[in-house]
Amino acid sequence: MKRDLSGSSVGTADDSAAPRKPSLVFSLSAHAGVLVFVVLLTVAPFVLSPFYITLLNNIGLSSLVVLGLVLLTGVAGLTSFGQAAFVGLGAYISAALSTGVVELPAALGWMHSPWAALCIALVCTALLALLLGSLTLKLSGHYLPLGTIAWGISLYFIFGTLQSMGGQTGMSGIPPITLFGLTLGSDRLIYGLIWLAVIACAYGLINLLDSREGRAIRALKGGIVMAEAMGIDTARSRIVIFVIAALLASLSGWLYVHMQRFVNPSPFGLQFGIDYLFMAVLGGASHVWGAVLGAGVIVVLKEWLQGVLPALLGRSGNFESIVFGLLMIVMLQRSRDGIWPFFSGLFSKVLPARSQQRKLNLQALPLARRSMVHPNEVVLDVRDVTRRFGGLVANNQMNLTVLSGEVLALIGPNGAGKSTLFNQISGVDIPTSGTVLFRGHDVTGKGSRHIAALGMSRSFQHVRLLPRMTVLENVAIGAHMRGKRGVLSAVLRLDRDEEARLLAEAARQIERVGLKEQMFDAAGALSLGQQRILEIARALAADPCLLLLDEPAAGLRLGEKQALGELLRKLRAEGMAILLVEHDMDFVMELVDRIVVMDFGTRIAEGLPEEIQNNPAVLEAYLGVSDDQ
Amino acid sequence: MNLQIVALLGQDGITNGAIYALLALSIVLVFTVTRILLIPQGEFVAFGALTMSVIQNGQRLWVVWLLVALCVAAALLDVVDMLRQKRSRPSIWLPAKLLYAAVMAGLAFTLPLATLPMLLQAILTLALLVPTGPLMYRLVFQPIASATPLVLLIVSIALHVALVGVGLLVFGPDGARTAPFTDSNLSLGSFNLNSQALWVIGVSIGLIVALYQMFERTLYGKALRAAAMNRMGARLMGISPVFAGKAMFFLAALIGVMSGILIAPITTIYYDSGFLISLKGFVGSIIGGLVSYPVAAIGAVFVGLIESFSTYWASAYKEIIVFVLIIPVLLWRSLTSRHVEEEE
Repeated sequence: MKRDLSGSSVGTADDSAAPRKPSLVFSLSAHAGVLVFVVLLTVAPFVLSPFYITLLNNIGLSSLVVLGLVLLTGVAGLTSFGQAAFVGLGAYISAALSTGVVELPAALGWMHSPWAALCIALVCTALLALLLGSLTLKLSGHYLPLGTIAWGISLYFIFGTLQSMGGQTGMSGIPPITLFGLTLGSDRLIYGLIWLAVIACAYGLINLLDSREGRAIRALKGGIVMAEAMGIDTARSRIVIFVIAALLASLSGWLYVHMQRFVNPSPFGLQFGIDYLFMAVLGGASHVWGAVLGAGVIVVLKEWLQGVLPALLGRSGNFESIVFGLLMIVMLQRSRDGIWPFFSGLFSKVLPARSQQRKLNLQALPLARRSMVHPNEVVLDVRDVTRRFGGLVANNQMNLTVLSGEVLALIGPNGAGKSTLFNQISGVDIPTSGTVLFRGHDVTGKGSRHIAALGMSRSFQHVRLLPRMTVLENVAIGAHMRGKRGVLSAVLRLDRDEEARLLAEAARQIERVGLKEQMFDAAGALSLGQQRILEIARALAADPCLLLLDEPAAGLRLGEKQALGELLRKLRAEGMAILLVEHDMDFVMELVDRIVVMDFGTRIAEGLPEEIQNNPAVLEAYLGVSDDQ
Repeated sequence: MNLQIVALLGQDGITNGAIYALLALSIVLVFTVTRILLIPQGEFVAFGALTMSVIQNGQRLWVVWLLVALCVAAALLDVVDMLRQKRSRPSIWLPAKLLYAAVMAGLAFTLPLATLPMLLQAILTLALLVPTGPLMYRLVFQPIASATPLVLLIVSIALHVALVGVGLLVFGPDGARTAPFTDSNLSLGSFNLNSQALWVIGVSIGLIVALYQMFERTLYGKALRAAAMNRMGARLMGISPVFAGKAMFFLAALIGVMSGILIAPITTIYYDSGFLISLKGFVGSIIGGLVSYPVAAIGAVFVGLIESFSTYWASAYKEIIVFVLIIPVLLWRSLTSRHVEEEE
């Protein structure tokens, strides 16, 4: 399955420079690869010795946890060292219920079955993950991993203090799982259940990432500001994936405890949390199947090293940690994408890939559109907006209005405060004083998501794209607010109808701005000018009534500029209000209806293009005062 | 709980807190200059204590092989770099590293370790372990110095994991305790002051003052401070980031090993004790927002006090209390410091 599911991998320092293969190109070898994998897995229990079955079971159990980490760390860039604690939570809750340590009234006796215990364990895990997530996911940057270490260790110590469950020594006598009357009492029997769970979860994850919610999740790494401006609730997306990762870990814990029929705290310590992260990084943290590969390599290597090293060194101990530590260091120094790309590359040599572009259904029912604004209605009204950064007044008592069906240009020398004003209007920043009215609503300091939902859409001065996603997917992020389907329907593929409509809308906007040829290319592979155009398509996909464009013509060639001017004229004719910041005066003077000029944060002039061209204050701001005067 | 117990717990708390404060300072120093959260800080502490114990018991000093291995690996990397850059003459450091490794190996296996005066034992411990700091920077972090803090953190954890394994290999699974620096105990009325506790507090304060002097008064100190405040600016002014990184790791190793030597007579240290100790230093440094030295030091002493008092009230939950405490602190920190999205 040769697919890259995230914007980028764990190593992000130099990734944007080299965009990889776009993500929505399926290859036949991918399907063939999975098929071979599944066939091997099906045959395995009939031919392998119990030792290898146990090994495969352990790989499967780890894979489940690592799948969660792929989502969390690889795709969304949130590092957690605490996953082992969630495994423990699932294991301990199920053990407590199914052995009757927690006594239940007779009416609830059915809850002692492992299946009921699983449901309760998952619910409890989800609740705890919600709590921990809402506490720790607010942590920025490197504080988050430290926070996960803290609660990971705390949960581990709590398991050890549960005297009724045997404290540090642990407790045995946990019943096996029964399925359709079959008791899964041996490793060989539970093998099927474990791998069924792994494959189901992997497919669910792949489905999720290739959906509306999935794009929102993939934007979490390096695209928060952009995602919020497109109306995505990034805090919610973070919590959602955190809970999903915790549930996968809890499921693994449940399977583990009913396989071992014994529970003690040691497999849920921080050391194992670190091992899980290593598996994710080694496999290739942004590839779903990399999780299985990473888990496989580490579990097998651990098993082997635990046998070889003590014999070699002549004493007993967990010396494999030296090898793992060094392996990880060398890995992250050499190839931060993990070994999956190498592995899948090897694979596609054996089974030649026939690339196949994703089929778009352009006949899909168009998405509902916003009710149009009346002609010549005041869409945006900025009143006395001031923004101070300490002693610096970046915007001083700025006033401007934009009408529907009009293009207003905001111009001024570098450092005049134009982009700052854009940020005040679009909710990226909060004004020190003053009000911003958008379609009659006071949106001052409301946050960009809220403002985006009202119909304002923007592009950024420094392009904010997800370089490893295709042009199509990047634009589809703009249409996020126009869909409703959530995580569950994405996992179960119940969202295909809406997804087709979203992608068709994205494709229409791409065609409209003239990027049809590049639709399936990685966004990072476009020229800077094309990336700016892409940002406009993304903004249009949100069906806005006001478009904020920050230097749209910068870096465009002449022909592209003319095409952009044409597009903006067409939008204006349709009743769109457009506010743009631009330095290219020829472009501005030909296109716009009115101009507002800023200098040192203040408005120095406003008027028609001809008036501005002859305005002495403007000439002075741009060219300085001549000595003769 | 009477006054005597309060005094006893207070003394314990402040002694441990002093060590946490040293570690917190070191963590802040390393982080501000290199953006690396030095998780292996604790291994320097454990290795320092265990090396001291090995010396005092006159056992074989296997840990010297760690130094030798790092020196040889760094020398090899130097040769590779030399060939890549097509330089014909090796830098003076290349033979110096190999010579140093040889001398230390020679000393470690010929000196009558157990009968050396304690000061010399401590100096030998420092000489064996402190150079591993900059060597680790050279081998592990220098090649990825420009990576994101997240990658640096994972690498830092990987180094920690490897070092714990090395600790087990070199020192074995047994805990160690060393002889106190001085035997006498001071008593104030009915209250006994542990002399080693005084040593810990005194040396910690001395080290902190020395570091302060170095950073305020010397040119190198100012250069490092500049590198901490503005990496790019410092680099443009000719302060080598490689030098800054190595210097920070040297200091971190020095502080860690000193801490280990100081607490070895009070607490039993195992090969894997370092992690929990350094985590408490982390809690302190996080209280200081990973930037403020005085707040980090005060925070660390506070952690020590909480730890020792919770030992009395709820010893089974001692670690839980300390680490659950970190979450509100982290929360407060990340809410008060404005989060700017990392441009990637």
